[in-house]
Amino acid sequence: MVIMPLTKENILTLLEEVKDPEIPVLSLVDLGVITGVEVSADDHVTVNMTPTFAGCPAMDYMKKDVERTLEKHGISNYTVNMTFDKPWDSNKLSEKGRQHLKEFGLAPPPKYDLILDLDILEHVKCPYCDSDNTDLRTPFGPTLCRSMHYCNNCKQMFEQFKPL
Amino acid sequence: MNELAIKDLLYKLADDQLILGHRNSEWTGFGPILEEDIAFSSMAQDKIGHSLAFYTLLQELGEADPDTVAFTRNAEQFHNSQLVELPNGEYDFSLIRHFLYDNAEIIRFEMLSQSSYEPIAKVATKLKGEVKYHVLHANTWIKNLGASTEEAILRLQSALNEALPYALSMFEKSKYEQELIDAGVYGGEEAVKAEWLKRIQAVLEKTDLKLPDVESIEPKFGGRYGEHTEHLQLLLDEMAEVFKIDPTAEW
Repeated sequence: MVIMPLTKENILTLLEEVKDPEIPVLSLVDLGVITGVEVSADDHVTVNMTPTFAGCPAMDYMKKDVERTLEKHGISNYTVNMTFDKPWDSNKLSEKGRQHLKEFGLAPPPKYDLILDLDILEHVKCPYCDSDNTDLRTPFGPTLCRSMHYCNNCKQMFEQFKPL
Repeated sequence: MNELAIKDLLYKLADDQLILGHRNSEWTGFGPILEEDIAFSSMAQDKIGHSLAFYTLLQELGEADPDTVAFTRNAEQFHNSQLVELPNGEYDFSLIRHFLYDNAEIIRFEMLSQSSYEPIAKVATKLKGEVKYHVLHANTWIKNLGASTEEAILRLQSALNEALPYALSMFEKSKYEQELIDAGVYGGEEAVKAEWLKRIQAVLEKTDLKLPDVESIEPKFGGRYGEHTEHLQLLLDEMAEVFKIDPTAEW
């Protein structure tokens, strides 16, 4: 059952349903891991994805979730590829995605020039009280994409989605 | 380009990451503080992911699938340097090894991101961003502990002296070395080593630790050609235990 014309835009709308299993408020489209959608003349749908972190155990799950979502909407003629052709970096998170992260209690990564230095990690805005008076506790956290920080203003630990 | 040369390069990159990834994972549940437990566990996960990316490139060149390659070879078929297979020892040794290893690995990835062999260039471009966090972690701890108490300095210095002959073996040349350099695939071990010495020296200068004269040290070569310490086979036996009981097991 195909309920709408197969276009790139419509497929992207469908994929809005697929969330990051570790951050359920964030869609894969907003996360920036969907790097391309193509619909061929004979209605074959190709979705290209790229991992956030190469060792992220959720990537395989996300790929299957994309396939399940396409199937659910009656699309059976598809290919989902996971490649490093357009590698992910944290600047690829959408504005909507950043807002959702903050509401979820995770500091969104700052937009940066892709040259990572300590300053970027040490001055993270607290997602709870917006203070910049925070310290990096450790660049590693409960998942590969998070670092841990402490807010000296509201005296709480918080996590950041790491800039990469 | 000689495909054997590319495979040799991919195997050494992948095997280093897999074996150190496994060693890092042995800190899970045993870290000296919770943050370090999490750090070594996270780096383990990253490194095993990196090895998967390189084993996948090998599979595209006709080698067996990543699980088979990772879990069914014996020690003499591994191309990792002996540095990564050594037991974790105490935290001081693991930290020094992590510092020496990751400062070299990031240089390799920076170099490979410019490789004329496009599949490696793409993977390296991605992974160098992740390894930055490993380098940042190692350098921060070395700077803090290397300029702290007498005991910390003594322990780190002795770990550094012990690890260096093994660390220098990371730069053991491949038999295809010149071919890879001439084809623009890889800048070569001598170039990595020269840059590595500069970078680790810059960190050590901020501490009370002294880098021994590396020219007078004989590197523990052999790893790149399948010669290993007795520790590697024991590690492989443990790592492949579940796979050997049931290769189709999923968890």
